[in-house]
Amino acid sequence: MSSQQTASSAALGKADSVPQDSYISNEYGIKSWLLTLDHKRIAILYLISMTAFFFLGGAFAVAIRLELLTPHGDLMEAETYNKFFTQHGMVMVFFFLLPSIPAVFGNFLLPLMLGAKDLAFPRLNLLSWYIFMIGGILALYAIITGGVDTGWTFYTPYSSTYANSQVMVAGIALFITGFSSILTGLNFLVTIHRMRAPGLTWFRLPLFVWAHYATSVIMLLGTPVLAITILMLALERGFGMGFFDPKLGGDPILFQHLFWFYSHPAVYIMILPAMGVISEVISCFARKRVFGYHFIAFSSMAIAVLGFLVWGHHLFVSGQSAYAGMVFSFLSMVVAIPSAVKVFNWSATLFKGSISLQTPMLYCLGFIGLFTIGGLTGLFLATLSVDVHLHDTYFVVAHFHYVMVGGVVMAYMAAIHFWWPKITGRMYPEMAARFSAIVIFIGFNLTFFPQFLLGYLGMPRRYHVYPDEFQVLNVFSTAGASILGIGYLIPMVYFVWSLWWGKPASSNPWQAKGLEWTIASPPSPHNFEQIPVVTEEAYAYASDAQFVSAFDTDDQAKQSSHV
Amino acid sequence: MSELTSNPGLAHHFEDLEQQHESMTLGMWAFLITEVMFFGGLFTLYAIYRWQYPDAFSESSNKLSVLQGAGNTVVLIGSSLTMALSIWRAQHGDMRGTVRYLVATLLLGSVFLVVKGFEYSHKFHDHLVPGAHFDVSQFLMPETQAHGALFFSLYFAMTGMHALHMVIGMVALLILIKRVRRGRYSAENYSALELMGLYWHFVDIVWIFLFPLLYLIGRTWTPA
Amino acid sequence: MSHNISSLGYYLRVFATLLILTAATVGAAFIDFGAFSTPIAMTIAMTKGLLVVLFFMHVWHSKKLTWLFAAAGFLWLVILIGMTFGDIVSRGWQGQPAL
Repeated sequence: MSSQQTASSAALGKADSVPQDSYISNEYGIKSWLLTLDHKRIAILYLISMTAFFFLGGAFAVAIRLELLTPHGDLMEAETYNKFFTQHGMVMVFFFLLPSIPAVFGNFLLPLMLGAKDLAFPRLNLLSWYIFMIGGILALYAIITGGVDTGWTFYTPYSSTYANSQVMVAGIALFITGFSSILTGLNFLVTIHRMRAPGLTWFRLPLFVWAHYATSVIMLLGTPVLAITILMLALERGFGMGFFDPKLGGDPILFQHLFWFYSHPAVYIMILPAMGVISEVISCFARKRVFGYHFIAFSSMAIAVLGFLVWGHHLFVSGQSAYAGMVFSFLSMVVAIPSAVKVFNWSATLFKGSISLQTPMLYCLGFIGLFTIGGLTGLFLATLSVDVHLHDTYFVVAHFHYVMVGGVVMAYMAAIHFWWPKITGRMYPEMAARFSAIVIFIGFNLTFFPQFLLGYLGMPRRYHVYPDEFQVLNVFSTAGASILGIGYLIPMVYFVWSLWWGKPASSNPWQAKGLEWTIASPPSPHNFEQIPVVTEEAYAYASDAQFVSAFDTDDQAKQSSHV
Repeated sequence: MSELTSNPGLAHHFEDLEQQHESMTLGMWAFLITEVMFFGGLFTLYAIYRWQYPDAFSESSNKLSVLQGAGNTVVLIGSSLTMALSIWRAQHGDMRGTVRYLVATLLLGSVFLVVKGFEYSHKFHDHLVPGAHFDVSQFLMPETQAHGALFFSLYFAMTGMHALHMVIGMVALLILIKRVRRGRYSAENYSALELMGLYWHFVDIVWIFLFPLLYLIGRTWTPA
Repeated sequence: MSHNISSLGYYLRVFATLLILTAATVGAAFIDFGAFSTPIAMTIAMTKGLLVVLFFMHVWHSKKLTWLFAAAGFLWLVILIGMTFGDIVSRGWQGQPAL
């Protein structure tokens, strides 16, 4: 790629100091951030706000695990416990997991990967952050002024008729936040269709972009159904109208249908971008083109489509017809195929690769293992007869935490380490990062693996007390959660540290392929001085390439990339 | 393309007006898909409850005025015509004609909402609004009265959401008329008008389905 | 911008057809077609909707991508209604508890 080389050699020249004309330093003041239309700055706004929500959701998790240390209700009453697990789920799902990778890394990277100056609709992009914040602040208001106790799923008729907590405010908060998601998806979809650089054909796109395309499709087709469902819930609760009320002949299971029509595909909104991150990182640190590029690209689209046909597996024991259950069970098995295709292809990418275990790669390998466990236990739950036993037990909790934390958060951590040099122009301290990656992996497994056993033994979820014989495994789980919590705090410290004292990063510290690595770190406000022309496929790593660590031999790295 | 890139209507991150126009219309289509799914939730409930409780739905539907519903359908289709014609004038560079047709669209939209307002106030008067004063004992058997509440809840949610979209569309129309008069658009650059048109026609289509589903069911229905 | 500019008569013809179909659907509602009355009403509504989409919204002259988007919206609506309906309809079958 000729333009790539000229751009990168120009940028490499100033790798010894952070460039002064970057998107970070070109304007100062709080206003220049709050009114920015630059996709990179908006990504930073999202990063900061979502980190806050992550630690808030984490605080609820800590309280839950502390309560479950003993079989009795020592720390809080049942009502308080109900509120804590509801708020943990609500904050983590709607204000961290759903927007996490798309709103931060998708926002930052899509225009860079596509060779564009910005997303198609910069104003809508900023608007989506404001909508997100309004929804988030309303949710905080609901939490502070009494909390929500319905579970993050808001099942009727409890939520519409009986709950005495701030269901209305929380519902409005989610309704509003949904529009932020819709705007993000709309922006990404149009950007990927219309803003690709010359020569960047569909099958030259990085798989991160394919994953975000599939994610955007789900955001657009699913989110509005959640919006109207919550609206109907609000009308029923607030104005006495009837939509799901069994007293009127309404069917509460219809609420579950509509809710899961969105919320199951929403799981793929979370995991698909994570899979995109893994494809980027694994090819870079194996120095190989991703194995089966087309299969990974199409499996993302297959997940987006098939993901809409499986929602009924959440309703197996709700009173849904057994025939519908059979169809949904079968389709849930089918959607495992494209996920498995990805895992096999990543494994094949590692085969005979020149692997180096930098921090992003450690998280990547963690992702593959944990996501596989999460995915396979999902097949247990998709089996009708097994689900009758496991439904609403800790097995389910363990399963989706393996996918959500073991999958999405691991990929999020991989992404933030991988692109931190590009975003900030500084390297993070590698040894501390590797240490915390290992702490997180150990802490995670210690927290959630015992929950598989607890669930199999029959411990139900959403109770603050449990029989004495479950205590040993619960102590393990709480101990693991403490380790996990420390694991998440360490990166907070060294990332902030690196903003001032981190080693300045070159434009391409990992010698990775992709347009985002051809421009300065951090990039200039308009990304590209001139729009690049793409002449090669993604991940065109030379077959005999050796990885040179950006930390050990930075000068050597600079020279080798000129060859 | 150099003379185009200096166009004041072109945002900095687009290469040319063509790319900008295509991005904007694609964005609007994507938005309309979300709108389909938004109304889709209501249509799902409608389909299922009507299938379960056909008699209550038929009897309740007979309380709506076919005349007002049909009249509003004609008004809304007329407003779609004037909306399309405003773009047709813009394509010819006749921006005065565009303004005239946009104003006509706005007026027809107002007529629709006024009629809707009369319908709503009648329903309030007749205790047909779900809630504390809801009373359908005049025309429904005791065992099906509850199902009548489902019909009228859906009626108000569906037409209310539709009317809300009309109001949003009319605010957008007002802004657009102001901008056309200020000379922001031309025969070369009228993407905003096209977006407005797509949105307005979509709202029309929603009503095209609401009208037969809400107003026209069970007109030949007789109690068993 | 290269656009297909239609004539006034074109729009008026679409408008007239929509009015005729509106009259048809009102008329059909007062004739007892039994089980067919809803399919008839829906067919007319679909036709009207299609006329607006194809001619007022210019999909007829648009790129394939616009067709794809419009079709996707409709298809997903069918998935939502169809699969939810599948549950409701099959609840009473073969010894299962009915509604």
